[in-house]
Amino acid sequence: MADVITYREAVSEGIAREMRRDPSVVCLGEDIGAAGGVFKTTAGLFAEFGPDRIKDTPISEQAIVGMAMGAAMTGVRPVAEIMFSDFLACCWDYLANEIPKMRYMTGGQVKVPLVVRTANGGGLGFGAQHSQSVENWALAVPGLKVVAPATPADVIGLLAAAIRSDDPVLFFEHKGLFASKGETAPDGHLVPLGQAAVARAGSDVTIVALASTVPLALAAADELAEGGVAAEVVDLRCLVPLDMATVLASVGKTSRLLIVEENPYQGGWGGTVASVVADEGFELLDAPIRRVAAECVPLPFADVLEDQVIPTTAKVVAALRSLLAY
Amino acid sequence: MAVKDAGQAASSQSRGARGRASRSAAAVADRPPEQAELVQLLTPEGERVKHPDYPLDITAAEVKGLYRDLVIVRRIDFEAIALQRQGELGIWASLLGQEAAQVGSGRALGPRDMAFPTYREHGVAWCRGLDPMKLLELFRGVSHGGWDPTEHNFHLYTIVIGSQTLHATGYAMGIQRDGAVGEDGEAVIVYFGDGATSQGDVNEAFIYASVNNAPVVFFCQNNQWAISEPLERQSRVPLYQRASGFGFPGVRVDGNDVFACLAVTRKAMQAAREGQGPTLIEAYTYRMGAHTTTDDPTRYRLSAELEAWKLKDPIERVKQYLIRTEQVEMSFFDEVDAEAAEVGGQVRAACQTMPDPLPESMFDDVYTSRTAQNAAERAEFDAYLDSFVGEEAAR
Repeated sequence: MADVITYREAVSEGIAREMRRDPSVVCLGEDIGAAGGVFKTTAGLFAEFGPDRIKDTPISEQAIVGMAMGAAMTGVRPVAEIMFSDFLACCWDYLANEIPKMRYMTGGQVKVPLVVRTANGGGLGFGAQHSQSVENWALAVPGLKVVAPATPADVIGLLAAAIRSDDPVLFFEHKGLFASKGETAPDGHLVPLGQAAVARAGSDVTIVALASTVPLALAAADELAEGGVAAEVVDLRCLVPLDMATVLASVGKTSRLLIVEENPYQGGWGGTVASVVADEGFELLDAPIRRVAAECVPLPFADVLEDQVIPTTAKVVAALRSLLAY
Repeated sequence: MAVKDAGQAASSQSRGARGRASRSAAAVADRPPEQAELVQLLTPEGERVKHPDYPLDITAAEVKGLYRDLVIVRRIDFEAIALQRQGELGIWASLLGQEAAQVGSGRALGPRDMAFPTYREHGVAWCRGLDPMKLLELFRGVSHGGWDPTEHNFHLYTIVIGSQTLHATGYAMGIQRDGAVGEDGEAVIVYFGDGATSQGDVNEAFIYASVNNAPVVFFCQNNQWAISEPLERQSRVPLYQRASGFGFPGVRVDGNDVFACLAVTRKAMQAAREGQGPTLIEAYTYRMGAHTTTDDPTRYRLSAELEAWKLKDPIERVKQYLIRTEQVEMSFFDEVDAEAAEVGGQVRAACQTMPDPLPESMFDDVYTSRTAQNAAERAEFDAYLDSFVGEEAAR
């Protein structure tokens, strides 16, 4: 049996592999050094690479991301950490106005090869300002690549691709998955950005999922399998580039599409997926496209409420049943 | 960290010293930086000392009141940490070691003054009259705070670092617009930590407060640690000196000295109320515990530092003062301990019986009135919940 590691460990492993391979890779962020990151996702990096390459910073998201941009322009490959994805809003000027525009505005003369890693999503009861799934914010900004892995091996493989990318990448690590386990990745493992994975093959209905909703979709598929329904689960892995070819191929087999996303229904990434399928795959469909997304409310603190705001296996199962009955 | 420029150090003294900037420049440079310009009225040994700029007339009854506050807020904090360890709270941000900074400043406020806290201001909350249970609701994760900020003029805890400095500055400018500055005026106090001084927002608040002469006091509890980042990573100059660059006075106070915190905050608040603009108070203290209950400070700091600060305990010095100077009977301390134990017991009991919010309440208060989408989502959710009713009955 292959080695099993946690999603959390995969983050530091993925960074470490790239840092060993490429001396230009440096990390910066709050508490990422001796403390090992508040989510322990940089554990061991400080000991291996030292303070010159693992840089603890003051509490200033603008400083972290703004400096990462400047450093990237010198040829360094910064991997910046924003502790909670909610705080991308604290440095949004750099993420929305500066970093993604630099190549374009200089006619391709300047590149900013940086990665901004951040702990995204709910399920841990961190309240309205520490639990949001904000991958859809990033989706709204052309020029950024947007990655959100679901498994430890994908964390490693996608981190490798993100760090090697000459484009800026927002890398969403899901807080609710940190403790999850999976097979580690072989040496040199690289998952190209923009290649979705078929996490489970099936022919009756397609479930498109991302990050935390992949295990939800798989659990729902298991539940339906007991009733003889074969659901196919597509793990998008990235929102930009978005692998619609894999989604359309799957819908071509199943004729039914359910999208499961943790960001709110309003403005959620599922709307983009649905619009492309409606446009390019209309004839493939035998039923309306359905979306299970978070309710359009701020994330409640109380776990009994939060559990209901974000998608659950039960909600996915209920949506699948109604879709199959259409 | 050294004071590199004596002129710079001297230019940022308290308001009273503004006109005599060169007074203690040499003395400041000679002294260890942590003692430079540190206003102290009660030594760690409990000895009362005088300061020319901060006379403080305080009765034995008032000191006993402060002592009671200090002991009770420490007890609430202790109880909350225990509740978190037992799974009753999701998280807790301990104020251990910062009781004097919070009680001293909190008791310097008038009822019409407005306070903007961080998430660690349990002592200020106590002084403002907020029921400690409201704090525990937040840390238990059954509400987002949920108290009415106008009831005690105590804003909700702000968790995103430093944002509240701008809220406070805007509030202070609102007070100005209302014409409530001057004789019998109002002012705002905003709390933040040493780590927050690295945030753009905080520096922007300094600029706006300064150029608008806003009635706001910036109360920075420098507890030396921003989670694992030491003060050296936030500043090369003592934080109080930052104020001079923005054009208003800064003062460093012994944050473990409740008398000094009271006197310095009173003076700064009064100046703000009267229209003399902002002051930065740096309360020099120490975070005796972890950043929050999710943090383990032994990973990044030395215990020797902690031991040194234990000798500067904010409560013990007041007790010594009461015993030696005011000849207070030991029975008083027993009574305070008993009262603190009772408050602790109440907090514990109330926390354990705190109800979860109703599921459908998640749709409330998103907008002033329910939107069609919100109503539809709620109706759908109600139907979804109803679908389990029969299921449960069948079990």
